[in-house]
Amino acid sequence: MTMRRFLQGNIACAEGAIAAGCRFFAGYPITPSTEVAEHMAERLPKMGGTFIQMEDEIASIAAVIGASWTGKRAMTATSGPGLSLMMENIGYAAMTETPCVIVDIQRGGPSTGQPTMASQGDMLQARFGSHGDYSIIALSPSGVQEMYEMTVHAFNMADRYRIPVFLMADEIVGHMREPMEVPDSVLIIQRRLLEEEGRKPFEPREDLVPDFPLFGHGHFVHVTGLTHDERGYPSTSNPEVHERLVKRLVQKVEGARREIAMFDVVNPDAEVVFVSYGAPSRSVQQVLHDFPGEGFGHLRLKTPWPFPEWAPGRFENAKTFIFPELNMGQMARELERHVDQPVISVPKLGGALHSPEELAKVAMEER
Amino acid sequence: MNFLEWYRVDRLPSIFCAGCGIGTVINCTLSAVTSMGWRRNDVVFLSGIGCSSRAPGYIRTDSLHTTHGRALAFATGVKLAEPRLNVILFTGDGDLAAIGGNHFIHACRRNIDLTVVCVNNYIYGMTGGQGSPTTPVGARSSTTPYGSTETPFDLSELAMAAGANYVSRWTPYHTKELTAAVKAGLETPGLSFIEVMTQCPTGYGRANRLRDVKEFMEIFRMRSMLKQKADRLLKEGKPVPPDAIVIGEFVRRSRPVMGRRG
Repeated sequence: MTMRRFLQGNIACAEGAIAAGCRFFAGYPITPSTEVAEHMAERLPKMGGTFIQMEDEIASIAAVIGASWTGKRAMTATSGPGLSLMMENIGYAAMTETPCVIVDIQRGGPSTGQPTMASQGDMLQARFGSHGDYSIIALSPSGVQEMYEMTVHAFNMADRYRIPVFLMADEIVGHMREPMEVPDSVLIIQRRLLEEEGRKPFEPREDLVPDFPLFGHGHFVHVTGLTHDERGYPSTSNPEVHERLVKRLVQKVEGARREIAMFDVVNPDAEVVFVSYGAPSRSVQQVLHDFPGEGFGHLRLKTPWPFPEWAPGRFENAKTFIFPELNMGQMARELERHVDQPVISVPKLGGALHSPEELAKVAMEER
Repeated sequence: MNFLEWYRVDRLPSIFCAGCGIGTVINCTLSAVTSMGWRRNDVVFLSGIGCSSRAPGYIRTDSLHTTHGRALAFATGVKLAEPRLNVILFTGDGDLAAIGGNHFIHACRRNIDLTVVCVNNYIYGMTGGQGSPTTPVGARSSTTPYGSTETPFDLSELAMAAGANYVSRWTPYHTKELTAAVKAGLETPGLSFIEVMTQCPTGYGRANRLRDVKEFMEIFRMRSMLKQKADRLLKEGKPVPPDAIVIGEFVRRSRPVMGRRG
């Protein structure tokens, strides 16, 4: 059973988090993400959860990571300037394999930029923003329904792979209001807990993910951002320990790309193929709707990271890929690495969405 | 009291230099913790970055060795998410007062139920002896080669002004008083701040002709002045010697507390 509701994207995100069992939120006010925090502040205390407004975004993600070690599903929400501040502890979460969800309602940057206008300018920062090598998952919703569903999914993926998972939304999707179906219940995939006697706290299973040793349950685990061995003990001068750890942090995600990556394929026989994620997908869908006879294709990336490099190959006749983004071509650059055909990046800066007409014009020229 | 089971003996020897005061601070802290009757399952240690922040790595409880200056923010998450856990932090002057200064004052303001043990050794030890926010005026370090010209923070006064429920300051010379202070901090709901003025013969001592720990101890013995005496001198309009280390209990009160005790 579902219930039809008319919701704002940011509210749908908060409701999705609560449905997923999120009971800890730490954040700092920042446009255009603030509705997520406000809604969590209203809802969580009634559900026995914890909301706290921290002194900055550095502290917000830190509190989220601390809460996660007690077993709580924990989340923060921010926008570009806040994400920049979080990068230090996002690296800590990756290194310590702490499940957490980071919602980024993207706005125009760099710096303070355009607080109330949409952008997709944080796509590379989300993937590579903290120092050192690691991998994350990023989900990109293109409507209110997906703000809800992908937030739920983000928690499942964070627990499954013990990583930070990003919900890479933007001001348009965050502030959009549209009808959506709220399900009675959602699929929950909990983190695998350490229960086996004698098993080391950072000893990976076959899927390269270690079982999670909850704080307060007698594991006496030492968690450190230093390079550590499988006991969790610092081991900072042994090159093999470092190489094994960092390769595993990357490989546990990249090796599971086929299980993780989600995308939609429309008109796989098309020669001219749009590639999109997030809000610009709505303009592309309008183009396909307005020009049904042109046979344009559409590859919609629901998980920009890890990038599904095999997905473009689903369009066997593709001659050109057209990639509209609300940035200077951050993901188009990634696509170019994986295809032989030309990739036409269609950047759009300033906050407005590409109009279907301007996208159709580009596509007609490529036909 | 024997608390050997609280140590990760498989991690010894520690990284601390000969003559370092951190071992004394860990011993006093664990002595206080075990005197509370807490089991290792009830306690979580956190820390940031620096020499003192390595302490939790030698203690056999759950522990979170976090990023530089941020331990109090991580601890806020741990405590609010699982209030039954007794949360104790080790930090230092650089970690707490420089990069973590904002988290420090806000944790005190919230008066969250944590105990913070600050090893104030006037220096950045881990990186080789640079000046910190508590380096005394005139003291040398590798980044104040002509003597520090900046006015240092008084961390206990800062904690008190920001709202902590319990504040006291001691030195490794005063082990019984220090142990009792940590215990008082553990017993007092709200944020408890125990500042330990500590010798660093390697980082601070080398630059300031204090490589001999005995000399350091002599300073702690001779220059320490109980807070009551310092307050009395001020009241009588008499000067407190500028090199005095004011020790003792600064405050014990019951402002509203965030995060209930387990």
